[in-house]
Amino acid sequence: MTDASLPEERGHAPARRSLTTLDDRTRRRNRAETRFRAYGIAAIATGLLFLAILLGSILFNGVGAFHQTFIKVPVYLDPAKLDKGGERQVEDIKKVSTFGYKPLIQQGLFDAVQEAGIDTPLESAKDMKQLLSASAAAQVRDTVIANPDLIGQTVEFRLLAASRVDGYLKGRVMREDVARDKNIDAEHLDLTDALREAGIVTKAFNWAFITGADASESRPEQAGLGVSMLGSFFMMLVVLALSLPIGVAASIYLEEFAPQNRFTDLIEVNISNLAAVPSIVFGILGLAAFIQFAHLPQSAPLVGGLTLTLMTLPTIVISTRASLKSVPPSIRDAALGVGASKMQAVFHHVLPMAMPGILTGTIIGLAQALGETAPLLLIGMVGYIATNYPDGLASGFMDPNSAMPAQIFEWAKRADPAYYERAWGGIIILLVFLLTMNIIAIILRRRFERRW
Amino acid sequence: MPVTWLVLILLALAAAGYVLGRGRALHAAGGDSRGLHSLPSYYGAHVGLMALVPAMGVLALWLIAQPLVVDNRVSSALPDSAIPESATRGLVMSDVRRVADGLDLAVSEGVMTAREAREVRTDTTDVRDLLGEVGVALGSDVSPAILDAAQRYRAMTRTATTLMSALVLIVAAGGFAVALARTRPDFRARNVVESGVRGLLILAASIAILTTIGIVLSLIFNTLEFFQLYPAWDFFFGTTWSPSFGGGSELGIIPLLWGTFYISIIALLVAVPIGLFSAVYLSEYASRPVRSVAKPLLEVLAGIPTIVYGLFALLTVGPMLVTVFGDEGLGIMQAGTAVMTAGLVMGIMLIPFVSSLSDDIINAVPQAMRDGSYGLGATKSETVRQVVLPAALPGIVGAILLAASRAIGETMIVVLGAGAAARLSLNPFDAMTTVTAKIVSQLTGDADFASPEALVAFALGMTLFVITLGLNVFALYIVRKYREQYE
Repeated sequence: MTDASLPEERGHAPARRSLTTLDDRTRRRNRAETRFRAYGIAAIATGLLFLAILLGSILFNGVGAFHQTFIKVPVYLDPAKLDKGGERQVEDIKKVSTFGYKPLIQQGLFDAVQEAGIDTPLESAKDMKQLLSASAAAQVRDTVIANPDLIGQTVEFRLLAASRVDGYLKGRVMREDVARDKNIDAEHLDLTDALREAGIVTKAFNWAFITGADASESRPEQAGLGVSMLGSFFMMLVVLALSLPIGVAASIYLEEFAPQNRFTDLIEVNISNLAAVPSIVFGILGLAAFIQFAHLPQSAPLVGGLTLTLMTLPTIVISTRASLKSVPPSIRDAALGVGASKMQAVFHHVLPMAMPGILTGTIIGLAQALGETAPLLLIGMVGYIATNYPDGLASGFMDPNSAMPAQIFEWAKRADPAYYERAWGGIIILLVFLLTMNIIAIILRRRFERRW
Repeated sequence: MPVTWLVLILLALAAAGYVLGRGRALHAAGGDSRGLHSLPSYYGAHVGLMALVPAMGVLALWLIAQPLVVDNRVSSALPDSAIPESATRGLVMSDVRRVADGLDLAVSEGVMTAREAREVRTDTTDVRDLLGEVGVALGSDVSPAILDAAQRYRAMTRTATTLMSALVLIVAAGGFAVALARTRPDFRARNVVESGVRGLLILAASIAILTTIGIVLSLIFNTLEFFQLYPAWDFFFGTTWSPSFGGGSELGIIPLLWGTFYISIIALLVAVPIGLFSAVYLSEYASRPVRSVAKPLLEVLAGIPTIVYGLFALLTVGPMLVTVFGDEGLGIMQAGTAVMTAGLVMGIMLIPFVSSLSDDIINAVPQAMRDGSYGLGATKSETVRQVVLPAALPGIVGAILLAASRAIGETMIVVLGAGAAARLSLNPFDAMTTVTAKIVSQLTGDADFASPEALVAFALGMTLFVITLGLNVFALYIVRKYREQYE
């Protein structure tokens, strides 16, 4: 630094500078600061926007599945057709297949249309076929078999409307599109509108969607999530029964007893790696170990449960260890001080205190397992049409079944857009389950977790 | 089911052992528990555990070993002439097993008596029809050799099951008796029980190792089998993926890897900026109430099952992108399923993953470093950019690597959102497919894998496992090393 340059500088720039006025550089820095802040806000807003779009589209698309169109049809149960012997024997009645019922139902609906005075170009009872679900005949037949005395009377049934009719009333099937659709045409849609005004076609809450069984590809109006819900339930039983005791035992050993040696390190590294292994690899393991090697039945909830157990274990072990770690050492010291053995100190004092944390972790692990789909694809729980309720406990574990997320995937793959609505609706049910489990976990944590 | 009954018997025996052992100890001490070495319940638990645990161990080992041994013996007794040229021994064996299971099922459903099932012959009855009746479908007619093997299989399984039941019960009764005989007032029951429980704890902890071994073994054996049918070189360096179950498939992994990496890169391009900026804002700028609302809301994205994202990609994002980039818009997108669709949705899924990991890491940077920077006159953003982020960089890189490993292993989003065509293309609006999606499509619900088209799924799984494992180990190493730096 030379003295010569000093006076000149003192004479110019610094003299005019004041702390209260902003120069360009400060302004630029402040602008950068604001910009940076705005980026952060924008990032969070984008994230939340995505969440809103996701939840919005689930609700918007899925709510429809909870409403279903029904048609009230007075059906004359003609004894001449349904019970030729006239003796009301259940065996005789069972001989009449659903084909015997179809004309009666169609006639019933046709009569109802005539009676309501609706003007329609459809002139025969057979034309009513496209309004009704293919399952209607089976529904009437089941009612008659359960109660043969109904034969000869006119009984009012609330029958499922065909999927296209349902879609039309929900705005999924558009008038412009029906020209190319061989399942329905404009006359039927006119008739549907008229019937809706006459109160014969009604919309009601769709319990069958929550409790019912899956249906074949051609009748989405009948499909429900109930059977696969049971499948998921049995899987979760297996996961809970295995992963909680094994996970807690493993964590207790690693956290309280394990000496610092190679074996312990190996286990720890394994657990942290297993937590990050892609779930589909667990599916491959399940396929190879339980089906290829042990010859357990395919698609059985037991196999699904075992596979998900292996997947959930690392999660449970990690959270259990965290809650064991949070119990202060003074508790252990006090127990040991009054003469308890190490094992007694852990099981009588540390474990009960860590229990809320362990349960919270377990519930979150179960919720994760409940929503997992990829491993189930490989052990054959997808593609199975879950139409039968399990007969009992053993059949619940061993008989082929689907699971909620697998059922949703199955619906998403089917070609009929009516099934997309079912898939979204299924997601709402699945998310309600997950939300409930997470809320229980949060409540448990809030109520029972102690801060030391 | 004999196994269920066996387990129930063992449990009952253990319960009885608890009561008897406790009673015997108390009785021996003259009803005064102060005369015992341990608390009375330990004597009970000792007898119960001795009856239950060794017997359960024998049962488990036997159940694992029995199918292996029986399979092996029946298979080696199967004459070479019984194996048609188009099939392998493994395929024939699965037929044998199916016939045997079918006969058992027929007996249990009352279609035939046990005696009829034992004496069934191919020349007098149509076994295929018979088994079809009970719901066991066979691919071809049953030859005498297969039926013969199936009968041997059934006989051996029956003998083995009887032997197993007997052995398990003997072990249980033996343990019970020994334990009861040892129950004396000066017997150190607590020490014995505690070391037993400790052994069980170690066993539970080893399941993690067993799982890893199971994964590696199931992948390795099937992968080796695949490489015997299909050259490894063509698998790793082939640029065409066109499986056909009729034969003559080309199974090159390059297009699948390309699809996987392309989708993952797009996902990271979405997730990393959003996640990182969110983390910075939440940890450095946000007020407490904002943080307590925004952080859990963002983490909701992580709790949503992947099937939901898959459906979102297929039915919402895909059609949305098509309206912009499709034929009516820019005309570069043919269908809703594309790399962009899957990548975008996967990016959304990964946002909370990146943000909460980075949040932890940014919070771990010591406050003193920030204070030093403020003291030198730096603004908040300058501090973040020039002090906090460089200090947290290794950890953030680790977090991004973990997110990348998640993206590579993600299945449902790509199965539903990315399409099924394996191609090497640069256009992100083309449909491509990934390793995980092809594992699913080659392996869905098959029990017998003998063709290279099915076995290739294991080789794909092996590749996936190795890549994600490498990423995870590397990322965890970086994160851990970084954490130690500031602790």
